[in-house]
Amino acid sequence: MATPSALSAPLLSAHRLAFSRNDEPVFGPLDFSLGAGETLLVEGDNGSGKTTLLRVLAGMLPPGDGEIRFDGQAASRDTRNGRVLWLGHRTGMNESLSARENLGFLAGLYGTHTGMTAAIAMERVGIAGWIDEPLRTLSAGQKKRVGLARLLLLPGDIWLLDEPYANLDRHGIDLVNALVAEHCAGGGAALVTSHGAVRFADPNARHIHLAT
Amino acid sequence: MVTAIQPIADPPLAAATMRPRSPGTLRACTALLRRDFVLAWRRRGELFLPLLYAVIVTALFPFALGPDPELLARISGGVLLVIVVLAMLPALEAMFRADLEDGTLEQWLLAPQPLALLALTRVIAHWLTTVLPLIVVMPLLGALLDLPVKVLPVLIAALLLATPLLVLLGSVLSALTAGARRSGILLALMLLPLAVPVVIFAAGAIAAAQSGMPYLAPLTWLAAALVLAIVLAPLACAAALRIAVES
Repeated sequence: MATPSALSAPLLSAHRLAFSRNDEPVFGPLDFSLGAGETLLVEGDNGSGKTTLLRVLAGMLPPGDGEIRFDGQAASRDTRNGRVLWLGHRTGMNESLSARENLGFLAGLYGTHTGMTAAIAMERVGIAGWIDEPLRTLSAGQKKRVGLARLLLLPGDIWLLDEPYANLDRHGIDLVNALVAEHCAGGGAALVTSHGAVRFADPNARHIHLAT
Repeated sequence: MVTAIQPIADPPLAAATMRPRSPGTLRACTALLRRDFVLAWRRRGELFLPLLYAVIVTALFPFALGPDPELLARISGGVLLVIVVLAMLPALEAMFRADLEDGTLEQWLLAPQPLALLALTRVIAHWLTTVLPLIVVMPLLGALLDLPVKVLPVLIAALLLATPLLVLLGSVLSALTAGARRSGILLALMLLPLAVPVVIFAAGAIAAAQSGMPYLAPLTWLAAALVLAIVLAPLACAAALRIAVES
């Protein structure tokens, strides 16, 4: 696995990737690659297939056509699982449990970054005071921030962020941008979808534009 | 079993700092069990309902049939068996519902742990929190129905084998119907035919114990079916969960 070619291959790449639903093409064929330290911004109007693209990359939908590779190897549960972190529209956490309990459970599944704890991650996203409150008492924006804390806590070099700016205030948007920049500086990579209303931090970040 | 599933290959050096070894399957299962127990404790009022249902139905039987000890002693084993099966049905439907709705299943799917193992852990947690209490109160329910004392251990043994089997079968159906609205009655309709052989073997053991015959054979059949289900049901359940997340 640790061959030189595997190390130099992009973390994630797609070749002629396309997806159709009921014979209606949703997106593609797309070709792109995402190396360590890179951010890819997926733009498009509502319904242009941004979320579908991310779900296909995350393995939650089978690709209709084309190929996905992780480290140059065909995508499979072995090459994907544990290194992809998914932040979607749904929080991925139980509303009756507190942030500490939810993050603790996910840390049990995924492991954590060395030296990182739920408390430190919650402090970083600015809602340390809510760590022991049941999630259902938090606002939509605060729940999103708990999702960001999850990204900080869990190891995983490929972030797939579906509309991470939704529900966030201006400071929250800056926080997302800072976290993505930090993650990429540390050798990670991120795929971020946006409907274009939010200015992304790095104007030089590469874009994929999906048309309806 | 636990060590066999752990990842063997070391991650590439460049990714090593980003990607510490994923936690062992044992740690993941413990984390899931603890989470489910905490959730169960938060909703302990809900968990109490099947128990209350079983007690009330059991208490109604002597009123409906008349206090004839001989009749009650003859039918009590089978009646208690059916009451437990019916009492555990409603909870089965919700086994994966909340996790599908809040996106937790998406996190399960991407976790470095085998999905089937997480499904099996969920089955164990579900059995411990919703079914085990029903078995614990069995001596009390048995007393209400004049259950012969020599039959009680056989009834409990049959339940200890039959209910995990039913929860395993139910987990597959629950995963299949998790995305459907109001799937409760659908799940019951699908599970009851599958439950018939389980009930027949359990009832066979109880009837044999009641008439003083050897009751080991039907219990062994239940145990064999349980072993088979422990191996196969989580795999089917994992496949069904993937379908549920896809749609």
